[in-house]
Amino acid sequence: MEWVIAAEDLTKKFEELTAVDHVSFRIRSGECFGFLGPNGAGKTTAIRMIQCVSPVTSGKLEVLGMDVGRKPREIKSRIGVCPQEDNLDPDFTAWKNLLVYARYFGIGREQAEARARELLDFMALTEKKDVEIEKLSGGMKRRLIIARALMNDPKLLVLDEPTTGLDPQARHLIWDKVRELKKRGVTVLITTHYMDEAQQLCDRLVIMEKGRILVEGEPLALISDHVGSGVVEVLGPDDALDQWLKGRAWTYERAGDRVYLYTDDNRAVRELIQKEHPGANVIIRDATLEDVFLKLTGRGLRD
Amino acid sequence: MSLASNISRRSWAVWQRNKDVFFKTWKTNFLPPFLEPILYLLAMGFGFGMLIQELPPPWDVYTYAEFLGPGLIAISAMYGAFFECTYGSFVRMHYQKTFDAIVATPLTIEDVIAGEILWGATKSFINATIVALVVAAFGLMSFPDFLVIIPLTFLVGLVFGAIAMMFTALVPNIDSFNYPFFLFITPMFLFSGTFFPLEILPQVVQDIALLLPLTHTTILMRSFGLGVYGSIDLISIAYLLVLTLVTFYAAVWMMRRRLVN
Repeated sequence: MEWVIAAEDLTKKFEELTAVDHVSFRIRSGECFGFLGPNGAGKTTAIRMIQCVSPVTSGKLEVLGMDVGRKPREIKSRIGVCPQEDNLDPDFTAWKNLLVYARYFGIGREQAEARARELLDFMALTEKKDVEIEKLSGGMKRRLIIARALMNDPKLLVLDEPTTGLDPQARHLIWDKVRELKKRGVTVLITTHYMDEAQQLCDRLVIMEKGRILVEGEPLALISDHVGSGVVEVLGPDDALDQWLKGRAWTYERAGDRVYLYTDDNRAVRELIQKEHPGANVIIRDATLEDVFLKLTGRGLRD
Repeated sequence: MSLASNISRRSWAVWQRNKDVFFKTWKTNFLPPFLEPILYLLAMGFGFGMLIQELPPPWDVYTYAEFLGPGLIAISAMYGAFFECTYGSFVRMHYQKTFDAIVATPLTIEDVIAGEILWGATKSFINATIVALVVAAFGLMSFPDFLVIIPLTFLVGLVFGAIAMMFTALVPNIDSFNYPFFLFITPMFLFSGTFFPLEILPQVVQDIALLLPLTHTTILMRSFGLGVYGSIDLISIAYLLVLTLVTFYAAVWMMRRRLVN
């Protein structure tokens, strides 16, 4: 098995904060791997160590078989990074952004132009070739950043929140492109706050909190292991119903005026509730990764 | 890993990036170094200079405009790199996140800083060369001696670019550049033998002035501009070379400390 990223006991300490706390994970060649977690979980810090711009405090981290501390230039020349923050060069057009970026990799002019043309087409930006960066929409900028990250034909593509703030059309386009890249054999590491995105794209993922990995696995397996296949939501139950629900053997969780019951047989549970408490407002749905996420990381705000 | 081994020829990609931006608007960029010396020479050299009967020795054989010309070149060489590696670099580092984008490629942060300082020196070279040509066009310089000034402006640019980058590594925000400008650059602008001979100042002030990089820059510009150079000028060149090495290394180290965490 070829590991594209292998982290063992990886730790990153800032003065007082341990941002990444003894985590171990391995990412296979050709898979799409997700880092999920609330703000401050350590996702971006982990990515910054992987892209060799933030030194490792302790532990081992190998990317493409090379140690991040010893071979940063070699690693960086073979990976593509799409940062969370827009750092396109505002002094240039879309086209020139790609060419200038290629120069940092030492890619020759002719090859860079061919590659830029191809990638603008791939990311549906050919028409925007000569447009200055500030005139591009948020979605176009994101697509251009991905195109830029692909200029060096990377083996590993790192996407840090690639679709935050985008409209549904732009998100779906980016998802399509990520799947297409995966088909071509590119390994993808992605962080996201959108659970549907992770469920759509990731072969495997980890959920992180406070610098640690809480769980690791395939999205569907995580759902069935941690919450079961179905969810029953009871809206605004009165005290009697609430007490009754709490007394049953189901996994019970209350948030605001809503009760969540996690079960593999949500139809039967709904029937039972409505039989015992006619008039109860009950919704059933399939369990999602979001249920796993909230169950594991809690519902408190992280600001 | 040592700082020096993290600097490679890839720095030139940073230099090229800045050069490309500069030449996008080259007409506007070339105008100030062309017009400014004309204005200064007319107002100060020929206007204000009318009031000056005779300069103190050893400058008494020159007109005030002849004395002033090399000072203007020195000032331009100082400001070119100092502006570029303070405001220019800070904007790229802090607001545009250009440095972040570049270090995601095979370049190290040391490459980026080296490229920025080299570009700053290039700005000094471009601006001061234009000023030198304008001053020469007024017939105020000794030909061909003054041509030595042109490569020297690059060395001067390296010194001031590196010093500027040290401040860029320290300032919390862009407004803080007021401090180095008003406490360091403006006093040098006025008291480094640029507008009047240092010889008229008290000895202690002259001694202090001799510690400053602009004083040595002005000495060199005047020696080669007026064609009166000698072995004493080697001291100023050695001073600038040593200061370049020290400040360049310090700038890279300080920026690394600021940006890598």
